[in-house]
Formats: sequence, C-alpha cells, structure tokens
Amino acid sequence: MKLSKYYIKKLRDEGISEYVIEKLKETLSKYKKISNKKLRKIIKKIIENYKKAQVHPGENIGVVTAQSIGEPGTQMTLRTFHFVGVKELNVTLGLPRLIEIFDARKKPSTPIMRIPLKEPYRSSFEKAYEVAKKLEELFVGDLISKYDTDIIESTITLYLNLNILKERNISFDVITKAISQVKGVDVSISKKANTITIKSKKPLNVSQLYKLREKILKIRLKGVPKIRRTMVKRVIGADGKEEYIIEAEGSNLKEILNIEEVDGRRVYTNDIFEVFNVLGIEAARNLIIKESMKLLEEQGLDVNVKHIMLLADMMTRTGRIRQIGRHGVVGIKSSPLAKAAFEITTKHLFEAAARGDNENLKGIAENIICGQYIPTGTSIIKVYLDIEKYIQLIGSIEHA
Amino acid sequence: MGKTNFNILEHELVPEHIILSKKEKIKLLKELNIKPHQLPWILVSDPVCKKIGAKPGDVIMIIRKSPTAGKTVAYRYVVPIKVKEA
Repeated sequence: MKLSKYYIKKLRDEGISEYVIEKLKETLSKYKKISNKKLRKIIKKIIENYKKAQVHPGENIGVVTAQSIGEPGTQMTLRTFHFVGVKELNVTLGLPRLIEIFDARKKPSTPIMRIPLKEPYRSSFEKAYEVAKKLEELFVGDLISKYDTDIIESTITLYLNLNILKERNISFDVITKAISQVKGVDVSISKKANTITIKSKKPLNVSQLYKLREKILKIRLKGVPKIRRTMVKRVIGADGKEEYIIEAEGSNLKEILNIEEVDGRRVYTNDIFEVFNVLGIEAARNLIIKESMKLLEEQGLDVNVKHIMLLADMMTRTGRIRQIGRHGVVGIKSSPLAKAAFEITTKHLFEAAARGDNENLKGIAENIICGQYIPTGTSIIKVYLDIEKYIQLIGSIEHA
Repeated sequence: MGKTNFNILEHELVPEHIILSKKEKIKLLKELNIKPHQLPWILVSDPVCKKIGAKPGDVIMIIRKSPTAGKTVAYRYVVPIKVKEA
C-alpha cells in the first residue's frame, strides 16, 4: 500500500522528520490494504509518539548526559577483558581510553589503523600481505643481528641477518646506498661475511661515534613513517563480501590515504586529532561518536547515542577539539562563579577579581550559589510586560 | 608503491558540506532568530573548508548521517583561525 500525498503533507506539517516518513512508507509497502480509518489512527499515533520523544524547552539534557555516561562508567574498569596468547594488536580499552577521548589527548596511547584495500588486493591474501609488508616501516636496525663499534679506528660494523633480509625482500645495495647518504662516512661491504663496515672520515670521540651509530640504525629503508607493525585480517566488509584488510600499529592517515592500493574512503584510525587535521572537524565529530560508542558497546554497556552526540557536539563547537574539563568546555564558560564552582575555586575567583569580570547570573551554578531559581525546566520561562498594552489597560481603568 | 591524490570529501567520515548563498544565509538566520556567531563554528583552515573554498563569514550546511534520524542538517559558521573563544 502506498502512502497518499495528503498524509505525507500532514506528517511534514507536524514537523515529523523525513526519516520517519521514509520508514513508514517502507513498512506500509509490505501490507496490501489498510482501511482509511486504521491509517488515520496509525498516523495520529506516530505524531503523538514523535512529539512525546522530543525534548522540551528547558530540559536539562547536559545533566542527563552526564549521568547516562557516568553511571555505566563506574562499571567499566572492573570489566576489562584480556586475551592471552592471541595474535591481536594491543589497544587501550575501557575507562582509560574513554578518558583519553573526552580529555582530547593529542596522541592516543595506542594508535591503530584499519586499512581496507582496492581490488584486486582485497580479495587475495598474498596480494594484501605484499601491500602490508610494503607499508610497514623498516629501519636498518631491524635487519642486523649485532653490531661492533671500534673506538680506536672509528668504525662501526653491522652484521646483517640474511633471513630477515630475504623475508623483507631487501638487497645489500639498498642498505649501503641508504647508509652512504650520511655525511662524512666511508662505507665498505663484505658480502662473504655479510657485514657492512662504516668508517668515519674524521676521527671521532666516543660519544660522537655512538651518536653516529644511533643515526645509522634509525635510517628508514622503506615503508610509511610511524606504521610499525602490520597484520592482514579477513573480515566481512560493509558490502557483505569477504575481504582482506590490513591492521596496523601506529597511525599516519595523510600518507596512507594517498597510497594507490589503499581504498581511501574507508581508512580508519583511532587518532582523533589526526582525523581533525586531515579530514576536518565534522569527521572528527563522527570519529568521537564512533570510538566512544564502540568502547561502551564492547563492555556491554547500553548508552544511547544521543548522549555521546551531545558530547561530541560540545567538544567540536568552536571548530577545534576541546576537552571536557577545565581547559575546554568548562573553561570557556563566561560566568566566574560557575568556573569557580567546578575546579580550582580560588584561582578563578582571584582572576575574575583582578580582571573585573561581570557576573550575569544566567547559568545554573551561579544561581544556585546565590540561592535563586535556576533558569532551566519550568523556570526558563520569563514574564515580560507589554508596556503598550499595560498603558492601555491602566488608562481604561483610570477612565472608569 | 604508486601514489594518488585522495579527495578527502569522499571519505566515509566526512559528511556533505554545502556553502549557503547570501539569500539562504539570511533566511536561515531569520528562521532561527540568531546571530551567525551563535552557530557552531568551523575554522577556515579546516581541510574541508579549504577544499570547497569557504571564506570567513560563510555559513556551511552539513548533511550528516545520523544513527537516530537518518539524515540531519546542521550548520557551521566559518571563522578565521585567530578568533577568541566565547
């Protein structure tokens, strides 16, 4: 059965969202015939329930949000799961991660990326594995089994591990070429003993030589900066197909997005600031919601998304990411009494006194301190006097 | 490993951004009965702003995919980088 235009207009006039109308159309199409009387009843019920679900003016949604997240948060720490012996990436979970998100830390303690691939890399394990190995960062220090430092001769000898070399598909020449770009050194190789000897042109003292050694071991041979470990995983993608994706320790969104084999549209990282810098504030808002919902759901806590959405909206309101705390959302409250009521009371009072701040008594905390009605709920409504009408009324009374 | 130039507007985390015309902007502000700075902000330096070429003073309409309401429309006011938080 189809929904007639008359009813659609009626629903729209009542302010019902398009989503609900679409859902109603979808549901009605499953039925063959519904009498007009019944349909009218259904629509009446929808409008009634929609209006019931709306937030009223003056409702304290912030307090409701704080409680809805705070209460389940108390149960979180006790229920952190550990997987022993499973080949998994180490990810911060539970309360520590939740604090990390809402405090808007610049770097997450365990940055990870999920990198989906384009065809044909996504359907074959071998091809995906090849890409994964290409992405992984590789230093000279990862390839050697040991090194010798000769202080008298000012030489450093690196003993290469042939097995790793073969596994990573790196040739001798690549390494020597990379090392010879360091200034002021001579490089000689011995293929027989699998060693690379680096001799400084100038004689170096001990600490200089050690510095040179550290520099050489940190030379990057290939891979994307900051991507440390990669793993290929088989998952079921959004389109229902099985695919191979790469999970990586470390995060570098900017570089990964521009790699040809990677399906950039679906690349995921848990570093909120990186997403903010590369994809913008709206993407960061979406990520805050996704990350915190994922955390809460993993712990089996049922928190409505709307609360998280409100938090994310507050955090991203100024176009930057602000933390929920005294340096962020609370810190920019204009009322000095409200700021003082939250944390470090004396500092805020001194500062307000020194600056000569005004207290407009518009918020909640300051009105409680002064013992007045708080401007929420029913007391958000104020009565104003219509002076023109008042004068008319007074005049008419005086005449009578 | 080849390199491409990825368009960030195609990423699944980035919703649709549309710059409002002057007429639409005035109509919106009248409808909501607010001044533009009372809208949520977005910085000019924001990658999406740079991509679509928004200037300070513009209002951007954002069509978000919402888990509760399907599609929702939000607005952001483009502000310069050096702006005092209020």
